[in-house]
Amino acid sequence: MAAKLQFDLVSPERRLASVAVEGVQIPGTDGDMTAMADHAPMITTLRPGVLRLDGAEGGAETAYFVTGGFADVAGPTVTVLAEQALPVSEVTAEVIDGFIADARAAHEKALSAGDGATTNADATAKLVADMEAARGLILG
Amino acid sequence: MPNLKDLKNRIASVKSTRKITKAMQMVAAAKLRRAQDAAEAARPYAEKMEAVMGGLAKSVGNSEGAPRLLAGTGKSDVHLLVVMTAERGLCGGFNSTIVRKARSHAETLRAQGKTVKILTVGKKGREQLKRDHADKFVGHVDLSDVKRLGYADAARIATDVLGRFDAGEFDVATIFFNRFQSVISQVPTATQIIPAQFDAVEETDDSGSVYDYEPSEEAVLEDLLPRGVATQIFTALLENAASEQGARMSAMDNATRNAGDMIERLTIEYNRSRQAVITNELIEIISGAEAL
Repeated sequence: MAAKLQFDLVSPERRLASVAVEGVQIPGTDGDMTAMADHAPMITTLRPGVLRLDGAEGGAETAYFVTGGFADVAGPTVTVLAEQALPVSEVTAEVIDGFIADARAAHEKALSAGDGATTNADATAKLVADMEAARGLILG
Repeated sequence: MPNLKDLKNRIASVKSTRKITKAMQMVAAAKLRRAQDAAEAARPYAEKMEAVMGGLAKSVGNSEGAPRLLAGTGKSDVHLLVVMTAERGLCGGFNSTIVRKARSHAETLRAQGKTVKILTVGKKGREQLKRDHADKFVGHVDLSDVKRLGYADAARIATDVLGRFDAGEFDVATIFFNRFQSVISQVPTATQIIPAQFDAVEETDDSGSVYDYEPSEEAVLEDLLPRGVATQIFTALLENAASEQGARMSAMDNATRNAGDMIERLTIEYNRSRQAVITNELIEIISGAEAL
């Protein structure tokens, strides 16, 4: 039995989850990572993707769709601050298509904003791609 | 002396006023509970956000090329005041206290020769500021059709403010709102959100420095600062919502009590006049009988 770590998922409006788990799979901006107990302290930003909990106790949700935010990993605790987060079971095609449409709109806007904002266009393009990848992961 | 019918009508009208203020007070009490819960639920996020940013700001803040949201533009010539008020009146001094604070702040800045721009959130503040500050308005956010304050509303305001900042429209942004202390006391508060300010983080030094940052400290901070602005605005909105309901509740409680007092006074007056009328009639009858 692996050592447990305390996992908290907080959105600006409420605390979504607070459970003891064995590991958390985090969709970091630079790539996925899994944090287990006694992981070195780190802070990483998130890309849109799926957050998975390994070995969660009880009947707690084990996967959440997050649209961005950051994770604070500190030894025995992992805190994820997500701007928007939904249990994967509640994510429907319409919901995620809505997010994709928003990301696309932001991308178009960044493109039309002109040459000064190319980095912004890249960032929003990545956002769209990440959203679509997440859609594939969740809805298969 | 007003006649009996008039008095009776007055009493009836004050009674129905009392019913309305009583109902408003109870509605405000219910809404206050909800607003407080919402403010409570938002606290963990805001606290965590502040802690992480505080730590980061300390290690990155003084270096060259710190993000502009943290370091500022190097000037403080143009100030943006974000004045958050309610969409509705009948809540005592709630709106006026915020407006007064904003107004005196604007005066101070003007005396120092700075340019002031005002962004209003909520209809009431805009109405009050229109008289002598209308030329400084740069925008307005209408929340009157928002049933339940969500983070999305705060994000919308934040996007607006950040867009203006990126466009170089102002150097310093301050938000004005009422901090909820209790039902009878709300404190008008001004908080500077751009450039970001942190209470001196008194934690032990190792808490911030041992962290690994991915992709990098600067990138994380760059990503966090706009979110921090949105979070501060969200917190302010929630505090404001709770304060508004608290202020309305106590204002309506006062109004209900005043109406009660008034009914009592009017009833006494009504009874007195009724008695006077009866006495008069009796005198007329008796003197009529004596004359026979």
